[in-house]
Amino acid sequence: MGAGHAHVLYRASDSPVHRLPPEVKIAAMVAFTIAVVATPREALWAFGAYALLVAAVAALARVNARWLLLRSTIELPFVLFAFALPFLGAGERVDVAGLHLSVDGLYGAWNIIAKGTLGVWASLLLAATTSTRDLIVGLDRLRCPQILTQIATFMLRYLDVLVGEARRMRVARISRGDDPRFVWQLRGFAAGIGALFLRAFERGERVYLAMLSRGYTGRMPTVWQGTAAATTGQWLIAATVPVLAGTVAATAAVLT
Amino acid sequence: MEALAMHISNGIINGPVAAVFAVIALAAMAYCVMRGRQDLDDRLAPMAGLVAAFIFAVQMLNFPIFSAGVSGHLLGGALAAMLVGPWVGALCVAVVLVVQALVFGDGGVAMLGLNITNMAVIGIAVAYLLIALLLRVLPRTPAGLAATAFVSALVSVVVAAMGFVLQYQLGGTTDLGGNLAGLAGTMAVSHLFIGIGEGLITATTVVTVAKVRPDLVYALRALKPAAPVTVPTVGGVR
Repeated sequence: MGAGHAHVLYRASDSPVHRLPPEVKIAAMVAFTIAVVATPREALWAFGAYALLVAAVAALARVNARWLLLRSTIELPFVLFAFALPFLGAGERVDVAGLHLSVDGLYGAWNIIAKGTLGVWASLLLAATTSTRDLIVGLDRLRCPQILTQIATFMLRYLDVLVGEARRMRVARISRGDDPRFVWQLRGFAAGIGALFLRAFERGERVYLAMLSRGYTGRMPTVWQGTAAATTGQWLIAATVPVLAGTVAATAAVLT
Repeated sequence: MEALAMHISNGIINGPVAAVFAVIALAAMAYCVMRGRQDLDDRLAPMAGLVAAFIFAVQMLNFPIFSAGVSGHLLGGALAAMLVGPWVGALCVAVVLVVQALVFGDGGVAMLGLNITNMAVIGIAVAYLLIALLLRVLPRTPAGLAATAFVSALVSVVVAAMGFVLQYQLGGTTDLGGNLAGLAGTMAVSHLFIGIGEGLITATTVVTVAKVRPDLVYALRALKPAAPVTVPTVGGVR
């Protein structure tokens, strides 16, 4: 739980993508996502091009495809929504393999799956190559209001406090004769949720006061920042991905 | 953390509508930053972090609604409004959404405006208005506080879900025709159940905190501004 504690999605490595300053990666990722979303859904080839871009960055960052695909399951609920669309959609209909489907709904489903998946991949690549600490440094350098980065810093640290406190309470319950199994442990957990919150707060408050007494003023000290602020060269390198994506999006918009 | 949580993902709502809501969300957040700065003191800063962490954890609990393929989850808006106030509360929820979008791919980055409007702006606003109203009407007892927390959480969840339905009507990428009413119905009913769960969690948490450390509950502080607060024995004592 030390200062270097990284989140679950971070893949420690030393690739060119890992070495880029965080603010550059965040900006590139957001710009890429916007280009993807702005692409007309009928331009099927454009999404193939985006997937290639993602694959290229993934290869450069040494993130393996299996991990990326496994983590993409986060969007399953919306994929289910997408599968319902061809049946629910209005307007013109076609018959595919005996099913009476809405054309608009089919395009809608494709739209959600393609854009959703590309968005998830882009975020996963950012998460895999940027530690939480760097992420906040990046947001701070992008002129995100300090109150927000402060809340984010505490949130990410207290997440560990919360999990640790929950584990301690569970051990305490077990050692007092509770026998948590499957769903039944939910009852004990629900009954203790208020206590969990309070305990985590008091622990967190102590941490906060300790930080204040050591000179914390709402912003983390510079030694905390792993990388120096981005140079123009680094901005240009990172810009290649969103610029390529933007070109694809513009071409697709002109062609359709 | 093998969690399945999902906010509006890329491609569900079309670009122009998402852009309009991004502007709305940005304006609302800018105002919250202004107001929140005055609120954020030594007691509120760690609380805001913990509330955000709590919401983050709680939003991982996800309930798929199979009939329509839509899923819902706990929002935590009422809890935030209760414990850290509407301004900082909205910022907490927004921070959770931003971090989820950036590093978990949960909710499209291009759809952040929509998600923030639903959960951080609408959810918190409804919750706080109800809290302010109910705390004046209901008796000042733990039961009254619990009822306030429960009702505000329940209503805010359902209203925030309706925010999604409204956005879908304005800019859904697929025209559902008559099925939009069905989507609205499914969202309302399922979020009613989620709201009950959320209400129970919010009520237990808030009542426990209010019993032990009433000075930590923002909503109670706002009611009696001049109340002399004993200096909490922080630091090495506990």
